Amino acid sequence: MGSFSIFPERASTSAGEVDALYGFLLIVGITMTVLIFACVFFFAIKYRRRSDQERPQLIHGSLPLEIAWSVIPFLVMLVMFAWGTKLYFQNYTLPYKDTLDIYVTGKQWMWKIQYPGGQREINELHVPTGRAVKLILASEDVIHSFFIPAFRLKHDVVPGSYQTYWFEATKPGRYHIFCAEYCGTNHSRMTGWVTVMEPAAYQTWLSGGSEGGSLVAQGAKLFQQYGCVSCHLTDTQGRCPSLRNVFGNPVVLEDGRTVVADESYIRESILNPNAKIVKGYHRDIMPVFQGQIGEEGLLQLIVYIKSLSTPAPPQTAATKGSPTQVPK
Amino acid sequence: MSTILQPHPHPIEEKTNYLNADYGWKSWLFTTDHKRIALLYLFSITAFFFVGGAFAVLMRINLLSPDGLFDHDTYNKLFTMHGIIMVFFFLVPSIPATLGNFLIPIMVGSRDLAFPRINLLSWYIYIFGGIFTLTAVVRGGVDTGWTFYAPFSTTYSNTHVILAAMGVFVSGFSSILTGLNFIITIHKMRCPGMTWSRLPLFVWGHYATALIQVLGTPVIAITMVLLGLERVLHAGIFDPNLGGDPILFQHLFWFYSHPAVYIMILPGMAVISEVVACYSRKRIFGYGFVAFSSLGIAVLSFVVWGHHLFVSGQSMYASMVFSFMSMAVAVPSAIKVFNWTATMYRGSISWDTPMLYAFGFIGLFTIGGLTGLFLATMAIDVHVTDTYFVIAHFHYVMVGGMVMAYMGGLHFWFPKITGRLYPEGWAKFAALVIFVGFNLTFFPQFILGYLGMPRRYATYAEEFHALNVMSTAGASILGVGYVIPMIYLAWAWRKGPISPQNPWKAKGLEWEQSPTPPPTFNFDKPPIVTEPAYNYSGHEEEQEVDIG
Repeated sequence: MGSFSIFPERASTSAGEVDALYGFLLIVGITMTVLIFACVFFFAIKYRRRSDQERPQLIHGSLPLEIAWSVIPFLVMLVMFAWGTKLYFQNYTLPYKDTLDIYVTGKQWMWKIQYPGGQREINELHVPTGRAVKLILASEDVIHSFFIPAFRLKHDVVPGSYQTYWFEATKPGRYHIFCAEYCGTNHSRMTGWVTVMEPAAYQTWLSGGSEGGSLVAQGAKLFQQYGCVSCHLTDTQGRCPSLRNVFGNPVVLEDGRTVVADESYIRESILNPNAKIVKGYHRDIMPVFQGQIGEEGLLQLIVYIKSLSTPAPPQTAATKGSPTQVPK
Repeated sequence: MSTILQPHPHPIEEKTNYLNADYGWKSWLFTTDHKRIALLYLFSITAFFFVGGAFAVLMRINLLSPDGLFDHDTYNKLFTMHGIIMVFFFLVPSIPATLGNFLIPIMVGSRDLAFPRINLLSWYIYIFGGIFTLTAVVRGGVDTGWTFYAPFSTTYSNTHVILAAMGVFVSGFSSILTGLNFIITIHKMRCPGMTWSRLPLFVWGHYATALIQVLGTPVIAITMVLLGLERVLHAGIFDPNLGGDPILFQHLFWFYSHPAVYIMILPGMAVISEVVACYSRKRIFGYGFVAFSSLGIAVLSFVVWGHHLFVSGQSMYASMVFSFMSMAVAVPSAIKVFNWTATMYRGSISWDTPMLYAFGFIGLFTIGGLTGLFLATMAIDVHVTDTYFVIAHFHYVMVGGMVMAYMGGLHFWFPKITGRLYPEGWAKFAALVIFVGFNLTFFPQFILGYLGMPRRYATYAEEFHALNVMSTAGASILGVGYVIPMIYLAWAWRKGPISPQNPWKAKGLEWEQSPTPPPTFNFDKPPIVTEPAYNYSGHEEEQEVDIG
């Protein structure tokens, strides 16, 4: 118990910042608690009933006091709100720099991890230090939550959509992964380990090999297999939009809206093509793939479609701010 | 003014009161007397409390070992049933349906609630809902968590989800009917002189509660119906494989269930206002602020539900708004705590048992409320949501707050309800045991949560062992703490010394103008109010008597 601490290990850039905010709230919280306890006990002892005949003086209240103890706590709470919101946006808005994308699929009761190079792992995640890592989270069944206490981050993994978050690991070591959203029988066994490695060691680990080629290659294979290639890359009749340079760029829809083609958009367009029709194209041409492709296959397809956008555009969140990027 | 309070010429047991007015099971099961219905509720929710508590004890036993002692499915059912029973069958009805039912008509100077038969109906509906839930338990249980999150509950769980959801659906109507009865009673049944600004804060608190019950509960009913449609008919509302949206379920669920948290705490605050005033012999400091803070909480409680969804994939900007509103709802709660504390200033403070519970409530609710701010702060919520930090937080509010208030209120009004006094020594001892046991159970869970132990884990990592053992040790003390009052209160009900009319020299119609225990129609003479609430100092500032 010598090393007992109320903080878990800090292994990401955000961990220290969250702990600092937590420290601020602890100070406020402990101060207030001590103040209230002290007042209650002081009054309870000082003004304890000495005779049953006591009739204390009437005190109605005090408007200045009421205002003071409403406004001052509220101002302190505004600090908590502003600080917490700033940090939250920072932790969940993708950085402008190039991220290492890792694909996580949750299913009852395991985590399947896929790397761009095609490596796969179960319940193990390897990441380098000093590099922004973006997780793309998908679920094959129920809601899970990918929680890494050492990074002070988690996000629910919601079936039917992609959720993402990013982190930058700072300290080599092995840290817990927990599933934090109750998901059935073996929820508490849906755990794993993140291994944070120095970049050089990470490269060595990566070269440890992968069967089946990179994710792009696997995605390309599926792209052929499902017949996507005939319309979406080589089509000359103009039935379907070409997928070259689509990912990460704005797309104009038939109702005039513009959306950015991110992972969620591509996913939706594969599973339910009629949900968003690109301007100038027709409905009901592409078959619906809902229920036809597993989550891992989908992720491979998306990685492949990403690779069709060259040169690699900035990441999705970054492009939100710059809608002027139109493929040339 | 308060000369209406007369010494009773005859010993209490010779006088007819609501308890000895009639005998036999029919006189209870078909009663429309709000006091008897309150007792029906008291016995039913006590039974549910001990069933729910037994599940909690088994959970804590399982967590003695990092590998768990039961199989995972059993543990998952235990925490689910603990949650469903404690939330829907104990906490929601606890104070309103027992103390509120008993006291509100007397406090406003009425013979009964506005709709006595509907009041009885609400108890039958509650029991009917309870039967569904207990059937689900007996037939093997439910394992969805009390939150019933889709698509696990709609598609993947193969336990008795429909039965449990029906139980929640049905019991909701009893809550709506109770709320409706309270609102109308408080509006229309006040006796001459009982103006809004003279209402006891107990009544104000229940008024705010009733508003949430009436406006919020239909949403959980709708949600449970949709859940059933999805599970049985595959309607495609929540399950993404059918084109539904699982996050929609969370929005609907928390649209009721966050306001419901205030259904569970406002009545506790209402009790504390009465107890603090009586045992400080002071008018509540800032009466108007305490009264309106209840309404403020009721209104704001409807716009904070999204703080349960900061990591669910809800828009970040929506999260920001919900974070802000969650901070705002803390202000009226803080106002109450400060005003209770200020009430004690220059008071005449007795350390009787109900006041000990009030001390406990103020302290523990403060901790529960402040840790709520941690959860409203988004960047911290991301780390601690779905961990033991959340468990500790809401148990500080619900058990440290509401159950403390409930125990305090039960002791405070025990002479009123039974006509007898409870043994003060035992009661103080039990209050202390509960306070110690509670803190030992739940304080370590704050630390566990920040260290990263997720909730609803049947097994856990080795490094969390020591704190879990500590928590289980606390739970065993807490369990004993709850059994002691059961024993001495049951004893005192039959054998305790006869209570005088107003043993605490308290103010309020229920002590000053209604006999102890009250007759069936509550008052021997039509009550009339001629002074402000909590007039402990004897100042008669309002001389004019407005009758009629």
